[in-house]
Amino acid sequence: MVAVTSFRNVSKYYGDVTAAHNLNLDVTPGEFLSLLGPSGCGKTTSLRMIAGFDQPSAGEVFLEGECVNNVPAYRRPVNMVFQQYALFPHLNVMDNVAYGLRQLSPKPLAKEIDNRVSEMLELVQLASFNQRRIWEFSGGQQQRVALARSLINKPKVLLLDEPLAALDRKLRREMQIELQNLQRNVGITFILVTHDQEEALSMSDRVCIMQDGEIVQIGSPLDLYDRPKNRYVADFVGKSNFFEGVVGQMNKEGVDIKLDCGVSVELIANANTNDYKVGDRVCISVRPEQLTMVRDENLLSKNIAIKVRARVMNRIFLGEQTEYLLHNEQLGEFLALSSRRNELSERPFETNEIVFVAWSRDTVLILDGDE
Amino acid sequence: MRIYAVFVYLFLYAPIGIIVLFSFNAGRHASELRGLSVQWYGKALSNPFVGDAFVTSLEVALIVAILSSLLGTAAALALQRLKGSVRIFFDGLIYVSVMIPGIVIGIATLVALVTVFDFLNPWLASVWPEGVKPPQLHLGYTSVIAAHTLFTMSLVIIMVRARIAGMDRTLIEASMDLYATPWRTFYQVTLAQIYPAILAGFLLSFTFSFDDFIISFFVAGSNTTLPVYIFSSIRRGITPEVNAIGTMVLVGSLTLLMTAQYLMRDRGKH
Repeated sequence: MVAVTSFRNVSKYYGDVTAAHNLNLDVTPGEFLSLLGPSGCGKTTSLRMIAGFDQPSAGEVFLEGECVNNVPAYRRPVNMVFQQYALFPHLNVMDNVAYGLRQLSPKPLAKEIDNRVSEMLELVQLASFNQRRIWEFSGGQQQRVALARSLINKPKVLLLDEPLAALDRKLRREMQIELQNLQRNVGITFILVTHDQEEALSMSDRVCIMQDGEIVQIGSPLDLYDRPKNRYVADFVGKSNFFEGVVGQMNKEGVDIKLDCGVSVELIANANTNDYKVGDRVCISVRPEQLTMVRDENLLSKNIAIKVRARVMNRIFLGEQTEYLLHNEQLGEFLALSSRRNELSERPFETNEIVFVAWSRDTVLILDGDE
Repeated sequence: MRIYAVFVYLFLYAPIGIIVLFSFNAGRHASELRGLSVQWYGKALSNPFVGDAFVTSLEVALIVAILSSLLGTAAALALQRLKGSVRIFFDGLIYVSVMIPGIVIGIATLVALVTVFDFLNPWLASVWPEGVKPPQLHLGYTSVIAAHTLFTMSLVIIMVRARIAGMDRTLIEASMDLYATPWRTFYQVTLAQIYPAILAGFLLSFTFSFDDFIISFFVAGSNTTLPVYIFSSIRRGITPEVNAIGTMVLVGSLTLLMTAQYLMRDRGKH
């Protein structure tokens, strides 16, 4: 299948500043892809290069198999939803939504335009609002108008530049679900730019994680969470505890990792551990929910990689789960997540309580360590 | 309102009020009111000299307004694209031309034009074919229009610039994204957003040009605009007729100014 849009060695420089460096990306038709990263990582630049607002300094951008480097924005069959919506304040809702259709040549008949606009407004649940002025709308409604406006021409790709950033938390959650449903209904490829990992993970089929103008890892949300390529990804996707160390002994059954703090961790050999050899600097990543916390150390199973005593420093109640900040003299501070259902103890841990913490030998992930 | 504020306003506007009042004077002397009448309006409107001067002023003002809105808008759009120090320099020049007193513009334009004419007229005569009368450049209609446009163009630039600065740049990208060509984007988005400022600039230029006395006085040559006519007629004594003309000009100008103000108001949007 031909990718609906692709990057081939795309770079973008603004003077001395590198906004994007040697990007390679293939977007499958119909998928919901997120570009995730902190501000300045090149995600918006990438989106703007697909839209045609920015031209790559090197490399090629493809749309449906054709290089569009020299095609101006107004001839590219893609549409964009802007961060601040960029609705035309001098036009009413109807005229805003119809804008894209009216630029076509030959221009569609007035009746057809009317029908399509009504259809679009219905799709975003704004039917019967079409004579309203733009500024009479709330943020969420403006967002819907912007969506309707950018979908009316049935673009090959819909580009969304942090479209939910201006909405409050509750509304954002609603719009996330709505966007997802909308994408499934219309079957158009969506590329979403966001710095909100929760948003990216919950909405997209695939997430592309970017850092300093480069793509770090592309994969399904589950892939990224379970098999992050490096510490940056592990840190960006969900929370994680990191401990630096060196690979000690290694054999067919297991790996021994000597952490810098002096603690030694025993792990089961698997595909992940095979990437490393004795003496390599590594970083082990342990998700807070992979830690087991108990009061009585006899309750712990035998198959554990490590067991430490720790003091509860802080407790954050999250509803079904509780997050604990723990402190161990050697490991320092780390996070543990305990869900009520699985808690081995009958009552929550208190601040300053001494607990036993362990993690199992097969849940720990090894990543490249700092050089 | 404090009492001194009342005095300030009285001081500023009482003379204008008196002119309006005396334009309805039934008597023929400016200094004493003898009943009310509109006869001086009739006299003023039927005076052929007033009529000619009025038409001249109207024509000049209209052309000045058209020229300065066109040139001013183009300049404002171009300035918006300039960067850094070049832009600051040109912005400065614009404000300078607004702040320079009318009399300086008047004298400067006069000197400049006369010098240029003195240089060009002999040259034109020398290059013109034998037997055909060479054109003579002289002060008049065109020089008034040029001098006025020089000043009013800056007003238009300032007003349009303010409007463009308040415009969301992403609107242009949004329009391009929705398949509008650069030219269509220009008139469907840019022009649609800034036309109130252009229109307000047009009206302001018109008012300025129509009301201007100082610059016209210097460069009009033999052509008489209405303010110049009024000035020369006061030398024969202030008659209620002058008051009537003044009142009519006042009402016309105020209407245009208020329309401009209305167009430039910030509309209820967030």
